[in-house]
Amino acid sequence: MTQQIVIDPITRIEGHGKITIHLDDEGRVSDAQFHVTQFRGFEKFCEGRPFYEMPSLTERICGICPISHSVASAKACDAILGVRVPETGAKLRRLLTYGQYIQSHALSFFHLSAPDLVLGMDSDPAKRNILGVLEADPTLALDGIKLRKIGQEIIAGFTGKRIHPAWVVPGGVNEPLAEDHRKTMLASLPEALEITLRTLRWFKASLENHREEIRTFANFPTMFMGLVNDEGNLEHVNGKLRFIDYKGNIVADGVEAADYKTYIGESVEPWSFLKSPYYKPLGYPDGIYRVGPAARLNVCNGCGTPLADQEWAEFRSLERGPVMSSFHNHYARLIEIVYAIEKAQELLNDPNITSPHVRAFAQPNYSEGVGVVEAPRGTLFHHYKVDEEGLMTWANFIVATGNNNLAMNRGVLQVAQRFINGNSIPEGALNRIEAVIRAFDPCLSCSTHAIKNPSFPLLLLAADGTVLDKVRI
Amino acid sequence: MKKPLRVDERSLRADVNPVRLLTFKIDDRDVSARADETILTVARQNGIKIPTLCHMEGLSEHGACRLCIVEVKGMSRLMPSCVTLPRQDMEVLTKSDRVLDYRRKILELIFSERNHVCSVCVTNGHCDLQALAVEMGMTHVRYDYIYPTHPIDATHPRFSVDHNRCVLCLRCVRVCDEIEGAHTWDVMNRGISSKVITDLNQPWGSSETCTGCGKCVQVCPTGALSEKGKSVAEMVKRRQFLPYLQMMRHRE
Repeated sequence: MTQQIVIDPITRIEGHGKITIHLDDEGRVSDAQFHVTQFRGFEKFCEGRPFYEMPSLTERICGICPISHSVASAKACDAILGVRVPETGAKLRRLLTYGQYIQSHALSFFHLSAPDLVLGMDSDPAKRNILGVLEADPTLALDGIKLRKIGQEIIAGFTGKRIHPAWVVPGGVNEPLAEDHRKTMLASLPEALEITLRTLRWFKASLENHREEIRTFANFPTMFMGLVNDEGNLEHVNGKLRFIDYKGNIVADGVEAADYKTYIGESVEPWSFLKSPYYKPLGYPDGIYRVGPAARLNVCNGCGTPLADQEWAEFRSLERGPVMSSFHNHYARLIEIVYAIEKAQELLNDPNITSPHVRAFAQPNYSEGVGVVEAPRGTLFHHYKVDEEGLMTWANFIVATGNNNLAMNRGVLQVAQRFINGNSIPEGALNRIEAVIRAFDPCLSCSTHAIKNPSFPLLLLAADGTVLDKVRI
Repeated sequence: MKKPLRVDERSLRADVNPVRLLTFKIDDRDVSARADETILTVARQNGIKIPTLCHMEGLSEHGACRLCIVEVKGMSRLMPSCVTLPRQDMEVLTKSDRVLDYRRKILELIFSERNHVCSVCVTNGHCDLQALAVEMGMTHVRYDYIYPTHPIDATHPRFSVDHNRCVLCLRCVRVCDEIEGAHTWDVMNRGISSKVITDLNQPWGSSETCTGCGKCVQVCPTGALSEKGKSVAEMVKRRQFLPYLQMMRHRE
């Protein structure tokens, strides 16, 4: 008799989702689905609003990476205005983005995933949380909290708000950088760097303990996508899209944001509110690709900052081609924090950074605009169409987590096949299935929308659909 | 719109037509007033706070929002203090439980009628309606929201009107008529379906009477009228011109 396992809710992720695992007659895992059970509707209710409201409207999609949404949105609006953002405005958007990278990656690594990494996948679930980490390794836990604070304060220093600062606007940013905030930020960065390098050393030394997870956490060949700059280096704010295949060959490069539809298709599955984007030339579902920290390090030629470049080289030497295991997103996240800190230091020492020219003004001159950025969780697209008065007539978002949907599904299947036998769920297996999702650091509230049921279970279902086992965490 | 009598105008020639002085009580305090001054004016002269929304110094009184209601001893109805004149020995209560309760209800009803979403509004942080909600400690709205569907009119080259945020205070109608003299703005329909319109309910951009002065935008208490291109919280209203223009209008 075939059966089905449901994990609901998945814990320690942003947003709400559940997992269903199908077992065949012999009790072996035959299929697995990762459902996003929320629905939001931003694309629809933005219609009719003035386009210049979009950065602040879409910022509300997420409390973790509001900056990425506002920058992607503002870039789509820049395209509608047809302006070139003043140099300092562009630099400040970048600086703000790095602040967000520090806080968001710190949240994912320390607060959400460190319990698995420090205490172990099979440890007591009652203690497997940030407080458990605080007991087991106080330095690491405090480091995480401090690092996230530094990132948050970079954001807060611009507007006094840690989330939803509404500071990025079409044409640039709302206000120039104040000299005292520049100094405060600069002063906080050495400690951030020290924390990140210390954590990196610890993490690299602990990789040995996670050999089985590295082998099974979405470790399969797929394409990767990410932004790169003109030199082909790591890029988060501007740049163009690059796609590589599983061997690391570049299959598309220099793709402008406006051409994304030529390369990316969006498929819909009836069991999830999250769409499944795919690489169009390969079709669905063969066009599976991954985005996010590891994907970015896979597609780029290097980082372009000294410390991050060293770490990048070491990271890329893990495998001959692109690094395939999504477990290594944790690793990549730490390297990106190093990069964000180095870049932030560079920008803050730029004499031009406090210039008052931060915003370009114009009427809506074009009826369509696409903005793309690298959000902490991956590539984020905002695509708008407006009427003659600048009122939104249509919007399309492809949110970071969505790009990884196919890979997350396949990753869940891979882990389930390795760790589940028979029709009950061992606790360690349950946690590993969730942990593979956590490695992607999905932001489900971002990629879709909640209407009800803010929790997320794991079900074991029979072939006829009857629930054999249900775990609610 | 029927043009109400302007309180300020009537009082201008007090030298040749002296008004009667009278005394009455506000919140148990003895106050004196000229017979042509409203309860609201006298209260404010005496440092007694009464919340208002449609009232605006320099414009005629309209009594639309009812937030300035007060209790008058011996009268069963609550009275809008902005359009009620005091009587000798009247006893006015501005903070009785009944008054505060009704003010809260009125404020909540205003919020429930349209779509007021502060977090993404251009006047977030500079909004009279928002300030009132904070001041009156409005933590929630006990009535069901109506969620009407109102399109935005962005046809004017510089300004836009978002009826979702309109509270029908009619400051725009009054400032356009009384100060600018254009009377571009007016109201159509009745009751809950009332809506401010430009000219004969045509797109603002096609209005022949609008001078594009922007006074309506500046006096609007919420984000309903705003300058185009402003992002969230960027629309700060400038109202300094109003008393000055009002004074100059009356200079013979």
